[in-house]
Amino acid sequence: MAEERSIFSNDHPFKIVFMAVALCLVGSVLVSAAAIGLRPQQAANARISKQTNILQVAGLYEDRASVGSLFEERIEPRIVDLRTGEFSDDVDPATYDEVAATRDPEMSDALSKDQDLAQIRRKAHYATVYLVKGDGGYETVIIPVHGYGLWSTLYGFVALKPDGNEIIGLQFYQHAETPGLGGEVDNPTWRAQWKGKKLYDGDDLKIMVVKSGASGDYEIDGLAGATLTSRGVDNLVRYWAGADGFGPFLKNLGQELAENG
Amino acid sequence: MADRKKLILDPVLENNPVILQTLGICSALAVTSSLEVSLIMCLALTSVTAFSSLFISLIRHHIPSSIRIIIQMVIIASLVIVVDQVLKAFAPDISKTLSVFVGLIITNCIVMGRAEAYAMANPPLPSFLDGIGNGLGYSAILIGVAVIRELFGAGKLMGIEILPTVNNGGWYVPNGLLLLPPSAFFIIGAFIWILRSWKSGQREKVENEILPVQVSEHA
Repeated sequence: MAEERSIFSNDHPFKIVFMAVALCLVGSVLVSAAAIGLRPQQAANARISKQTNILQVAGLYEDRASVGSLFEERIEPRIVDLRTGEFSDDVDPATYDEVAATRDPEMSDALSKDQDLAQIRRKAHYATVYLVKGDGGYETVIIPVHGYGLWSTLYGFVALKPDGNEIIGLQFYQHAETPGLGGEVDNPTWRAQWKGKKLYDGDDLKIMVVKSGASGDYEIDGLAGATLTSRGVDNLVRYWAGADGFGPFLKNLGQELAENG
Repeated sequence: MADRKKLILDPVLENNPVILQTLGICSALAVTSSLEVSLIMCLALTSVTAFSSLFISLIRHHIPSSIRIIIQMVIIASLVIVVDQVLKAFAPDISKTLSVFVGLIITNCIVMGRAEAYAMANPPLPSFLDGIGNGLGYSAILIGVAVIRELFGAGKLMGIEILPTVNNGGWYVPNGLLLLPPSAFFIIGAFIWILRSWKSGQREKVENEILPVQVSEHA
């Protein structure tokens, strides 16, 4: 005597499917509403955070309240054509989105395996650099860098003297490396090592992250317990300072600043 | 009224989810190195536990038992994502420090545990209060651990210097170990010890007595 199950009883297949579908719909509406509703606020935060990072890497940061005005006053975003290494006015720095351009075949190139040291796969034609204006001309050039660490792509900035060689600072603003190990790329003590180091010796790219016992102008101690993240940082700095990155731009930076700065 | 009070206060001392049930330890270790971050985490977890219990309790008569865990997970996960988005919008720095641990509230056993053990069988209001109570129980431990860790590990509370540290020209030598995750183990362990010595009813019964090793002597 099979008991007749009502379509509304909880263990009827119809009810099970209905509940599953209904709940997924409600859940996804809730999640998308939150994501879309809060997006403007999050975008504003992301902008402030990026400006904060640029000011920090240049050593200009004061406090959260002054970020917008200080950035406006001291920092000049410029577009660099990575293919020629020269400043370019082809795109507007205010609206140019490098991440989107990297996905667009018109605006970027695929990298071959031996070129792709930083494991970023594609390279946009243009990049935004930030120039710091001082009383006596330009004081600092800030280049954006990114590359793969252990778990994630690290995004950051390297601040350089106008000679395009001596490092003022390096800072990552976005990554998802292991907190406490690879995440120590954010550690101020570790980052302080980069100050005063040089990228090039003459024409040779010599900057390098070593395991330990760094010495001289070109070596940086890696992070203990984070070999792969250290290697990733090494790769990405060397890639962006190299011929496929900002190498050509940094080589003739002095001239560029004089002519077009 | 007394019942409601009990629902909220019981999980704080008598039936604490972290101490008695040893749940939610993972995030208790990870986020307690500063008080401010811990407070946000407590707020996030308490709201998720309370609202997931409320919603699950509201539809409890319509949850087919064969897919009840999945349904609970969907509700909890949706709430956690909403909380994560709100944090990203209004507390971006703290959201960055908490990183994955907000997302991991989904797998926090306290939330699931209350949904399965209480909300599935009780009306919405008591379930909601039970969620708040357990959130507060978790919060009490987190705040206690965070106060000890930040005060003695960095000489600060909420980022304000309380004990002037040697580095800043004061007299206090901070205990760096307290800023590392293992220290939370010691502190939670100490809390469990203290609470169970005081309320002996919370001690676990000895199930297998360990016998002394018997060495037989051969002449």
